[in-house]
Amino acid sequence: MFKAKSLTLVAALLGATAFPAMAQEFTPENPECIAPANPGGGWDFTCRQVGKSMQDLDLIDKTMQVVNLAGGGGGVAFAEVVNKRSDDNDLIVAASSATATRLAQGAYPGNTMDQVRWLASIGADYGVIAVAADSDVETLPQLLDMIKNDPTAVSVAGGSAVGGWDHLKVLIAANAYGVEDVRRVKYIAFDGGGEAVTQLLAGSVQAFTGDLSEAKGFVDSGDIRVIAVLSPERLEGEFANIPTAKEQGVDAIGANWRGFYGPENMSDEAYNAWASKIGDLYASDEWKEIMAANGLAPLDLQGAEFETFVSDSVEQIQSISREIGIIK
Amino acid sequence: MEMLSNLGDGFVVALTWQNIGLALLGCFLGTIMGALPGLGPSNGVAILIPLAFTLGLGATPSLILLTSVYYGAMYGGRISSILLNIPGDEPAMMTCLDGYPMAQKGMAGQALSISGIASFVGSFFATWGLILLAPQLVKIALLFGPAEYFALFALAFMTLGGVSSTNQAKSAFAAALGLGLAMIGVDTQTGVPRFTFGEVHLYDGLDFLVAIVGLFALSEVFIFLEERHGSADGAGKKLNIGRLTPPMSMVKACTPTMLRTSFLGFIAGVLPGAGASLGSFISYSMEKRLIDKDGTFGKGDPRGVAAPEAGNNAAAGGALVPMLALGVPGSGTTAVLLAVLLSLNITPGPLLFQNNPDVVWGLIAALFIANFMLLLMNIPMVGLFTRVLLIPPRILMPVVAMVSFVGIYGISGSSFDLMVMIGFGVMGWLLRKFDVPLVPIILGTLLGNAMENNLRRAVTIDNGNWMTLFDSPLSLGLWTVAIIGFILPLFLARKVKPRMAKDDEGSLSD
Repeated sequence: MFKAKSLTLVAALLGATAFPAMAQEFTPENPECIAPANPGGGWDFTCRQVGKSMQDLDLIDKTMQVVNLAGGGGGVAFAEVVNKRSDDNDLIVAASSATATRLAQGAYPGNTMDQVRWLASIGADYGVIAVAADSDVETLPQLLDMIKNDPTAVSVAGGSAVGGWDHLKVLIAANAYGVEDVRRVKYIAFDGGGEAVTQLLAGSVQAFTGDLSEAKGFVDSGDIRVIAVLSPERLEGEFANIPTAKEQGVDAIGANWRGFYGPENMSDEAYNAWASKIGDLYASDEWKEIMAANGLAPLDLQGAEFETFVSDSVEQIQSISREIGIIK
Repeated sequence: MEMLSNLGDGFVVALTWQNIGLALLGCFLGTIMGALPGLGPSNGVAILIPLAFTLGLGATPSLILLTSVYYGAMYGGRISSILLNIPGDEPAMMTCLDGYPMAQKGMAGQALSISGIASFVGSFFATWGLILLAPQLVKIALLFGPAEYFALFALAFMTLGGVSSTNQAKSAFAAALGLGLAMIGVDTQTGVPRFTFGEVHLYDGLDFLVAIVGLFALSEVFIFLEERHGSADGAGKKLNIGRLTPPMSMVKACTPTMLRTSFLGFIAGVLPGAGASLGSFISYSMEKRLIDKDGTFGKGDPRGVAAPEAGNNAAAGGALVPMLALGVPGSGTTAVLLAVLLSLNITPGPLLFQNNPDVVWGLIAALFIANFMLLLMNIPMVGLFTRVLLIPPRILMPVVAMVSFVGIYGISGSSFDLMVMIGFGVMGWLLRKFDVPLVPIILGTLLGNAMENNLRRAVTIDNGNWMTLFDSPLSLGLWTVAIIGFILPLFLARKVKPRMAKDDEGSLSD
């Protein structure tokens, strides 16, 4: 009933504004952001933070309505957008590397990345590999050597399930270092990065793989030591003293990007307007502050560029997953 | 002393007219949301986030509003447990066990007010614990590795016999059923979907709230429908409300229980992997083991109402410790609060107390204010709440069904969840016919995943060596308590059995 009502509303508004709309830019009437997870996670944060900042910057007139549509690691929301909301111009959906990983591994049954339109990114969270502050391990090669010699000696904790992005990051690094059978790397899945770091502090595991934002609080307090960040170059600001994996001779890059996709049949006007709105948001000082506070690194892609970026990253994940035997 | 002056500063931050108004609003809405089946504290908080943002509230006022909702919902959950035998949220499940029988005996008013007092005691001590011990308590959380968590969950399951007094085999069956249901979904340790039949909605497993609302609320509606068609008069039984305030003797009898369970619940809350449900559950079953000499628990013993309520409210306060001091949410609600903090550009974690003292102490002061407000609001409102019992079931039950459907759909936006809920409703109706207790099913689903994951983490970390489960003094201690809790009643039961058998005749209610 709600749907029918909102449709008539949209129709009425479209009819009323048909003429001026030709010249003017598209503005979403009832902006809605689907967070494909329960409240509290990264996608939820993406929706709420972007919604709030967009409203503060007057990029949208109304409050962004955030809808939590959890299930299937984002698969339920993806299927909903593809099957039921494919021509909704007011809708954007939060996505991240986790979305790309699942699409690459076929974990959204029957869905592929070209069934939606990829709008824009709002930043990236580079992967880190960390150890407890009192650990003997000083560098990434040291840790990888330990794994090489005896994979059972090192337990690596991460916040994603086996085959998820946190797991893949450590495998990418091990692979780049020449660890023979990366499947033997001992990875322990926890419910979220925070729990994994806690277990690193508790001494249950020897290393942590996750995103910089998850580790930030503990790096600041000196409880853990980041031995490598998986970025192409050193990060700016307070993180400048963290060595990259690359400069330690391990050619591994792992960025957890955050961004949005929209329905496949949204009008080109709406697609361009959303992409440029997110671009405007990205360019604002407010967003720079939020990125700094949350340890997000730059990743400024909109429209077609972002579309290409996502499809490249899906391909990359597909080839790693095949190598390690997660998909056939 | 520094702490007291910090707390003083916190009250200066919190005690403005705007903040008091927000706390009042939060407490009121929280209580309502807690009481409605299908809306728990985590959804309650999530629903109000946009309100906080739209009002353009700063960090401290937003937190005051949202934590009042949190505490309010923890108070409110008990109301529908006691009056309708339908838990308003997961932690309030244990309150059904004695709360509903009390209401049946015409002591609804007393049950509500004693549980209100217990809630107050639990949160009050938990808030003090948060102030005095937060930095030290983090160390307790760090003692718990996967092996210790597994021992803790095993302890919970071994004391399960305490939950239903009627038939041990049936409650074991129910727990096993719950454990089985918990297996549905993608297995995080291998990434393989289990029992999902290719259905993407099942990849994340079953939602506890959907299961609870289905099992308790919908099955109640089904039972009513059936009875109404069976008997000529559909008006149902008239219930006596009884006096509204508990006699001093009852409060006195419950005081030791409240103090003990506040402590237990608080510790359960502090452990990020445990949470409020485990807090209220362990509180109830340990308390039953400890003081239930005459077998009155489960038949309307006020102490059986006070124990889980003090326990779950203390756990709610305890769960704030790892959230603030580690940035690790110990429950669904604290996960939402964590997200709010992050979007207000505050990073919880080891440095929060140094970097944002105004936020932390403002929040703590707000917790005290909310807690007193809730006590003052809840006791006089007992009379109002109990009026629910005067509503004829033919009006009440359709309302329950409606609230269940709207609540579940409102959170998940998925019609698949509604089907699952109906499935659980039918299952609950069948199980009630066979007199199988429903609480262990929820416990199995709620704790099963965490228990399994921790077992497998522990064994994987130690390369397949099972002895790792008994490796630390802490896990040995937990196992000892678990085994004593499991074996002792078997011997005791033999002694008191003749007496029990006589009592059991008349009690077939679950």
